[in-house]
Amino acid sequence: MTQTASDTAPAGAPSGTPLLQLEGIRKRFGAVEVLRGVDLTLRSGQVTALVGDNGAGKSTLIKAVAGIYTIDDGRMLWEGRHVTVHNPKDAAALGIEVVYQDLALADNLDVVQNMFLGRERRRGLLLDEDSMEKSAGETLASLQVTTVRSVRQPVASLSGGQRQSVAVAKAVMWNSKLVILDEPTAALGVSQTRQVLDLVKRLGERGLAVLIVSHNLNDVFEVADRIAVLRLGEMVADVARGDVDSQSVVELMTTGRSDRLTADGPAPTSSAASREDA
Amino acid sequence: MADTEQTTQTSPGAEDEPAEIARLAALTATPVAVDSFADYARGWWTRVRSGDTGSLPVVIGLIILSIIFQSQNHHFLTARNLTNLIPQGAEYMLLALGIIFVLLLGEIDLSVGFVGYLGGIIMAELLKGPHAHSWWIACLACIGVTTAIGIVQGLFITILGLPSFIVTLAGYLGWQGVALLILGNGGTVPIQNHVVNDFAGGELTPTAGWIVAIVGSLLFAGVTLFGAERRRRSGLAVPPRSLTLFKIGLVAAAAIVVTIICNRNRGAAIAVRGIPWVALIIVGALALWTFVLTKLRFGRYVYAVGGNAEAARRAGVNLVVVRTTVFGIAGLMAGVAGIVAASRLESVSTSSDGGTAVLYCIAAAVIGGTSLFGGRGKAMHALLGGLVIAAIYNGMGLLGLSSGTQYVVTALVLLAAVAVDAVARRGRANAGVV
Repeated sequence: MTQTASDTAPAGAPSGTPLLQLEGIRKRFGAVEVLRGVDLTLRSGQVTALVGDNGAGKSTLIKAVAGIYTIDDGRMLWEGRHVTVHNPKDAAALGIEVVYQDLALADNLDVVQNMFLGRERRRGLLLDEDSMEKSAGETLASLQVTTVRSVRQPVASLSGGQRQSVAVAKAVMWNSKLVILDEPTAALGVSQTRQVLDLVKRLGERGLAVLIVSHNLNDVFEVADRIAVLRLGEMVADVARGDVDSQSVVELMTTGRSDRLTADGPAPTSSAASREDA
Repeated sequence: MADTEQTTQTSPGAEDEPAEIARLAALTATPVAVDSFADYARGWWTRVRSGDTGSLPVVIGLIILSIIFQSQNHHFLTARNLTNLIPQGAEYMLLALGIIFVLLLGEIDLSVGFVGYLGGIIMAELLKGPHAHSWWIACLACIGVTTAIGIVQGLFITILGLPSFIVTLAGYLGWQGVALLILGNGGTVPIQNHVVNDFAGGELTPTAGWIVAIVGSLLFAGVTLFGAERRRRSGLAVPPRSLTLFKIGLVAAAAIVVTIICNRNRGAAIAVRGIPWVALIIVGALALWTFVLTKLRFGRYVYAVGGNAEAARRAGVNLVVVRTTVFGIAGLMAGVAGIVAASRLESVSTSSDGGTAVLYCIAAAVIGGTSLFGGRGKAMHALLGGLVIAAIYNGMGLLGLSSGTQYVVTALVLLAAVAVDAVARRGRANAGVV
């Protein structure tokens, strides 16, 4: 099985080249420097949560990775190779898929049509509906999305969690290696959130690298293997989940440092504290 | 706590996973266990009650209209009158087939009536005088010009980002002006070309009519059965065979009934019988645009842009190309409708009314079930809605009611259609939230 338990992460660093390494990423919009030399490492089979206050640069960072913004400075290493991503197509070609907060689903199309939108399979000139329907069904089944009754029902008839599941399934269908989720649970109720968090865990178990942006620290602590904290365009922490508690994450988000976290590693007391808090 | 949960989850899951996935795959592949015709009918009824009414309201509306008109004037349901409905509704149906593409995008095209009118004039001018061109050159010129007009208006809308309402309102005024300039004061251009006049005025021989009806039905049956068989072989959920046969039977029955009605003698002094040519033009256009909307990637993109333009853009759909092409299609169908309208009158004159035509064709599309807000509609809606418009127009004429009354009744039917759609939409929204 792929490594998921947080305890193994700090002990022996996972072997092999990281999937994506960001080094010194900078991005400015006019006079405002939004990203000020951000480093981040994402590994296959790991769920990394990107947290930060509003304006910390989370959206800018994922848009830079997705090829929507070009970076001003810094390096992107994909499987150890230096790459430049100029547009979303480049990102998709590498295997990077983003599920935005608005999900980008067309309500009037059915599940299959949405999952294949823009990449329809054709036999000659005609749409190959049968093959698309089969693949969509298989992808949903492999993600254990069982609440969607029929892949031929319009997306308008789905619940929020189901829509999120369809959007995620759409992202993983294309041999993607890194799936970026922007606030996947923001608009969902309790049971719907559960569905989506389970799905996120499963993506990690399948060996995908997952980067999840979230405001909800409960969700973050539930699914993430690592937590990266962005503050005013700088990465102030990138730690294993077991090494922090939510209070120290909040401190990191707001002040950029936490007394419970030393510079070169987690203070042993912090994990103990987190257990007590929980 | 979360850690222990995870470890307990992963260890037993490891062995069961393949079997579990296979089971779930089987579940998802056959999402609804439908095995009988009755189940399907019940499923359909549930959908109707939850607001997904499809074409049901318009079919019911047609039946009610027929009953009212027949009770007032027993000529309404005669073979002669029913056959007249086809050329009477043809212009609106053909225009509506093009306008449906525009409505699917959530846009509007007010110009198609006068664009078609202008096309008809261009055709008539080319057929006029001692140096008349052949009919097909005239028709191609008409369709070429109207398609080009549609594309140019589409480019204004997509490239400059102007509202389609304004651009096509300018077209509504401008092309009407151009048409009047070509015709001159009170001008009428008669059309003497027999082929062109036969589009709306001619008919197939009864034997040819039967051949067309039978070949058409067989073609539909073949395509439907082949599609179902291929789905069955791919292991996908298939509707029960009885339902497929029922659909085929329905289409064949419609073809036979129309042929029988059209083949009855409807002439007074001289015998006139046979399916009007224009019926074939309508059915051909319907088949073509249904094919484009359901089988081609372009059609899928039209629905996607209408449903969520931003999602389509992010998926790599070229919005400019899709939108401009759609306005081109509206222009193309305007040209076809213009030819048929000119053919029906065997002339073009300054008294033609492209303004009513465009409003009637939008009304036809909406009455047929196409949404004005984009993303929902079918080519078939043009035919159903056009039939309703033609039935009102025809029935009111039979009852000798004034054109004032006709407008009022058409307005009420249009309002009723939109109201039914709005109520149904609310039903869908309620049913949609699980």
